[in-house]
Amino acid sequence: MNKIEKKQQFLYSGNEALARGAWEAGLRVAAAYPGTPSTEILENIATYTEIDAQWSVNEKVAYEVAYGAAIGGARSLYASKHVGLNVAMDPFMTSVYMGINAGFVAVVCDDPGLHSSQNEQDTRWVSIFGKAPLIEPADAAEAHWFIQEAFVLSERFDTPVLFRMTTRTAHAKQNVPVGERTEAQTRPLVRDMAKYVMVPKNAYMRHIKVEERLVALARFAETARFNQVQKGPAKLGFITSGVSHAYVRDHYPDAAILKLGMLYPLCEKKIRAFAKSVRELVVVEELDPFLETQLNALKIKFRAKHPSYRIGELRPEYIPAIVTGKKKTDAPAAVRKPSLCAGCPHHFVFHALKKFNAFIAGDIGCYTLGALPPYSALHSCICMGGGITFPEGLRRGAPGQSVIGVIGDSTFVHSGITGLINAAYNKSKGLLIIMDNAITAMTGGQEHPGTGKTLKGEDTKLLRIEDICAVCGADTVDVIDPCKHRELEELVEKRLKEGLLSVIITRHPCILKK
Amino acid sequence: MHTEKITSPTNILFCGIGGQGVLKASEICGIAAMLSGFQVRKSEVHGMSQRGGSVDSHLRFGKTVHSPLIMPGKADILVSFHAEETERLKHFLKKGGLDLTLFIDRAVQKVPDKRFVNTFIMGVLSAFLPLSTAVWLAALAQVFTRAQSENQEAFLNGLHEGKSHDIQRKN
Ligand code: SF4
Repeated sequence: MNKIEKKQQFLYSGNEALARGAWEAGLRVAAAYPGTPSTEILENIATYTEIDAQWSVNEKVAYEVAYGAAIGGARSLYASKHVGLNVAMDPFMTSVYMGINAGFVAVVCDDPGLHSSQNEQDTRWVSIFGKAPLIEPADAAEAHWFIQEAFVLSERFDTPVLFRMTTRTAHAKQNVPVGERTEAQTRPLVRDMAKYVMVPKNAYMRHIKVEERLVALARFAETARFNQVQKGPAKLGFITSGVSHAYVRDHYPDAAILKLGMLYPLCEKKIRAFAKSVRELVVVEELDPFLETQLNALKIKFRAKHPSYRIGELRPEYIPAIVTGKKKTDAPAAVRKPSLCAGCPHHFVFHALKKFNAFIAGDIGCYTLGALPPYSALHSCICMGGGITFPEGLRRGAPGQSVIGVIGDSTFVHSGITGLINAAYNKSKGLLIIMDNAITAMTGGQEHPGTGKTLKGEDTKLLRIEDICAVCGADTVDVIDPCKHRELEELVEKRLKEGLLSVIITRHPCILKK
Repeated sequence: MHTEKITSPTNILFCGIGGQGVLKASEICGIAAMLSGFQVRKSEVHGMSQRGGSVDSHLRFGKTVHSPLIMPGKADILVSFHAEETERLKHFLKKGGLDLTLFIDRAVQKVPDKRFVNTFIMGVLSAFLPLSTAVWLAALAQVFTRAQSENQEAFLNGLHEGKSHDIQRKN
């Protein structure tokens, strides 16, 4: 973060501003797993000594640790990218039933436009599905403000709060005026079994509370400062949220705008009043028809974007076509494709694997770039951990085909270990390669249990990947430096022939590792 | 441009490929604008594309700015570190906008080390913006904690280069 002393104003990204705001709100515990565009939230939170911050092993673990801290009585925060929340959905759904003790906010960063993700899912739906309030800032300054309000909201309504960012709010920078930290009162840990033990009887009672809470939240939304009206001529009005608001303002600086910062539950009365105050109403939102669907249910008359705009991110130049209901005409711009860095150890692995003409089931990481020329040596990439389990399925579905699974070190720790146990337990055979570059590389180089360092840079217990592979039940475990590519080729050939459950760990640090 | 009174925001598009310091460059310019009392909005890309892919960063500053993205045909200045990326993003430049791509070669000739190419080009850029050299140097010092004197020198050489070019342009 770049600190400008003058007037306590900083050029902060949404992520930096959020970290600062959370610190000011008295945040005590934070946990996350890195993922673009959310990574900098925890990296910045970790710079504050008052906050106990960690890279967790995966998002489910992060959610449980952070949420547990809130029940323990300290304001706490979870952060991940959109697909990360998928991993944490299990605790998330039930945490909404249980409520909180001290304030708890789950920050989730969506990636419209797929800048660095495997899908374009719209997290806003999760609020309806999970019955949790959803807050969305329009820019970095609002992220700094709203995150503080989100903790207040959480405590006032005894609920986890979903806080949604997108790439363009998380990574866009602006001047952000800041304040100082106010210590939040810690709350005593109580043994409230009816609230914290979600057996059917208790959960039923809590479900009643959840529904009552939603009604109360909807009432609160009507006057919440999250939702702001900019007055303007009655001719044309907009309902919008997030970065889309900025795009609308660029084209219609003086128009009437209802900017929603609390997207669920919606401020129904406020929306109706606004709709009545303008002759023509246009809803501008990125990705899915989330507001559109809810406003349709309210039988409000408005115009929304052509469905073709549900794909990809919105850009300011699209606004005129959106207002007139026109179809999207431009395709994503041709960009220079990313590629493995020169000297990246993964080059050697793909160079070797290419010779075996196997179906290579990949995972999420820099090595996904092995799918691009010159290697074209990666044939699937679905999710974290899929590099171990997906090949097991392929082998079962297409017996006799040569299949190799490929995964990274951080990814293996994230969710590959259970897959390896599953393969051993269910007697699956075949070759798995763990490309161990001793870092979470794709997101810019974060620590994980296999690096022996914590988020705060402290030394800690080192997880030896070869040891865990052995105890999970791999028949053979080899560790090799992929730069010795001849030897690597020979080893792969040998292990493929044997037909055992084998793991080869190709170990060589990422060249960007500091 | 520095003689005009700024009413609408100044739009600068930075581009290049991963590893060229595109984000650092827009950061320096953004901080310089903020220190000069302007409102700043700036977009960045992180993650996948930083692996040698296209990287761009939109920077806008003025009295009030809303969007962090510049619209096609609205950039006042294109600061490119890679000729191919200029081709890709040229359509963002407004009619009569300033394309600094031609300074890449000059920069490569003039700096002692490839690392300072973007600092040199920042110096060139500064010749065309209403921001004082003092705030630029303060911004540089904030972003580059290492090799500060070399960076300052590269910047000042770039400024000189930009100024003489600006005079030619006006004549
Ligand atoms: S960041 Fe590291 S792992 Fe990723 S491509 Fe570059 S060298 Fe390879």
